[in-house]
Amino acid sequence: MSILLERDTTFIVQGITGREAVNLTRECLDYGSKVVGGVTPGRKGREVHGVPVFDTVGQAVEHHGSPIDGSVVTVPPAFTKDAVIEALENGIKLIVVVTERIPRGDVAAMVELAEIKGARIIGPNCLGLIVPEVCKMGGIGGPAEDAAKSYSPGPVGVMSRSGGMTTEISSSLTHAGLGVSTAISIGGDAIIGSTYAELMPYFEADGQTEAIVIYTEPGGRMEAELAEWVKENSSRLPIVAFMAGKFMDDDEMQGMSFGHAGTIVEGKEDSATEKIKRLEAAGIAVVERIDEIPDAIKERIGK
Amino acid sequence: MRFYEYESRKIVERAGVPVTKYGFCQTAEEARRVAEDIGCPVVIKSQVLSGGRMKAGGVQFADTPDEAARHAEDILGLEINGLMPVGVLVDPKAEIKQEYYAGVVWDGTAKKPLMLFSDMGGIDIEQVAENHPEHVGRGHVSNLFPVGDFEAKQVIAATGVTGRQLNRATPVLARLARLFLENDMLLAEINPLAELTDGSFVALDAHMEMEDEAVGRQKQLLRNELKIAEEDTRDQYEPSTFERNVKAIDAADHRGVIQGKDHGFSGNLGLVIGAGGGSLTLTDAVRNQGGKPANYSEIGGNPSVAKTCGLAKEVLQKDGVEKIAVMMSIVSNTRVDIVARGVIKACLELDLDPAETIAIFRIPGAWEDEGFRILDRYGVEYYDRSVSLWDAAGRAVAKIQGAAA
Repeated sequence: MSILLERDTTFIVQGITGREAVNLTRECLDYGSKVVGGVTPGRKGREVHGVPVFDTVGQAVEHHGSPIDGSVVTVPPAFTKDAVIEALENGIKLIVVVTERIPRGDVAAMVELAEIKGARIIGPNCLGLIVPEVCKMGGIGGPAEDAAKSYSPGPVGVMSRSGGMTTEISSSLTHAGLGVSTAISIGGDAIIGSTYAELMPYFEADGQTEAIVIYTEPGGRMEAELAEWVKENSSRLPIVAFMAGKFMDDDEMQGMSFGHAGTIVEGKEDSATEKIKRLEAAGIAVVERIDEIPDAIKERIGK
Repeated sequence: MRFYEYESRKIVERAGVPVTKYGFCQTAEEARRVAEDIGCPVVIKSQVLSGGRMKAGGVQFADTPDEAARHAEDILGLEINGLMPVGVLVDPKAEIKQEYYAGVVWDGTAKKPLMLFSDMGGIDIEQVAENHPEHVGRGHVSNLFPVGDFEAKQVIAATGVTGRQLNRATPVLARLARLFLENDMLLAEINPLAELTDGSFVALDAHMEMEDEAVGRQKQLLRNELKIAEEDTRDQYEPSTFERNVKAIDAADHRGVIQGKDHGFSGNLGLVIGAGGGSLTLTDAVRNQGGKPANYSEIGGNPSVAKTCGLAKEVLQKDGVEKIAVMMSIVSNTRVDIVARGVIKACLELDLDPAETIAIFRIPGAWEDEGFRILDRYGVEYYDRSVSLWDAAGRAVAKIQGAAA
């Protein structure tokens, strides 16, 4: 079992002829993912690693002959909103938005339409998601052989605001003999398609998942939302959190953002210290050091 | 991007919200002319990107044009919270019957903008929300569908406002919400929104902030209408030489991204680190183990050797830097060998021994075997993924402390 992806999940890559997208397509194919098409306007008829390229999402769906499950969107920020809406209008239900620096209003518009269409957006400003040895959707974990080193199947669900840290943490779980059920790079922006709290019900319903790790940063109210969710839903899943960017609490750092656009602290409640308090009050274990995560999980699931 | 009050007023004015007849002045003489033109009494307000203007003496009232000129002279030379004003705003002293608050902010949890209205204006809205929640109306707006006047009306009516006041305030809040969406604002506030003794509603003060990501597509407003120069970024603080240099190196080459900040850092351990989350984690890990970072940095994407070398050289040339630590979370896109080449090149070009200068190198991932081979050749201490970010940072701190002892 896993969440959001299965072995048969099909997806396209919008913006497939871009340099990063070509690499990402290769990586996903090597991992065994079913990339059934790509879209770049004006490039119909080409191929990227054997994947047919179309001008529109509609053409890709028609060529495939049945609905396509997902899309990885990696087009420049000015065109992302249109690309995501095109995917949604063509019946795609899972969209990974890789692009960063998209204005908030555009992100909010995509998310609003996704909700109307019953679809889910992961990102923007993310690396996608992976179910070890089953499917990789996006650049997460890098080339297939590298991804295999970092991700082995196991009982821990991982959600992270940082793409790189998704792999760093998963690798430590893999090397500790635990492994990962599904790992999701949720994105580093202030507004994202799927927050921790919105993804929790999927993990809750997944038989394979026994515990959750979240990587978090200053800025935004996503952790407060998770704390609320945990309190209201008496979740069966123990959660271990790691908070990076505590140095941003210093007086000299006020009003600055580091690492990701979403780290801008707009009120005291968004600071690292306040978030840690709130998570702990909800019964979430917040570890001080990144390397304490595997043991904290073992302690909680008795392995 | 933050705006001065006189710009924020222009922004609400162009969206159809009434404002008083005011003037923006950069000399005392201009202030006198504007005061004569609009008629006294007037209020002179410092145009500075800082709160607390009133307390600092940056807002003064004048009964004659001469007095207006004198106040303007004083205020133009008055520093507020370390910032000098760019001018003064001369505004008629309004005959206020009632003050309201109208604002739009982002609600990150709902992922929608939130309209706010209060019949207790002129004070901080957060204070009103805390002490008099029944005096604050709220309502989300869509990013897909046009904002209806009725939505603004509902928010205002929730505070108990009715009658002519409701009908006057409704288009103001609706227009504010529309401009918030159209102009990619992070914050749009009119406080106070004043009902004057003649019954009209005017924006007496406005506060706007635009999202940096949207500056590119708001050129018409920023450059053509508000005449804000491209280099006028309204940053919170002046960038340092280090920050400017790193930015220039990054801009010169489109491959990969490097960033460097040293505002608030003054240690002896230079950090050449990445990526976004890894840099945050590593900076904490160095500090929490007693290390003193000289800077913050980020390597992202797949930068060239020259770019990585450029970043490392800038870090190494910072005052007080004794060694650098080169560390990243497991990389998939960034190539380990390219970063290794870049940092070694930086040492050699500065006549430094890489084995001495690079306290530790911990970047596992893509092309690591090639990277480690290069590091071996120069005797640089390196680690793969079996050493955690915490332990790597600790090792770097121990080495620099050992060197100092």
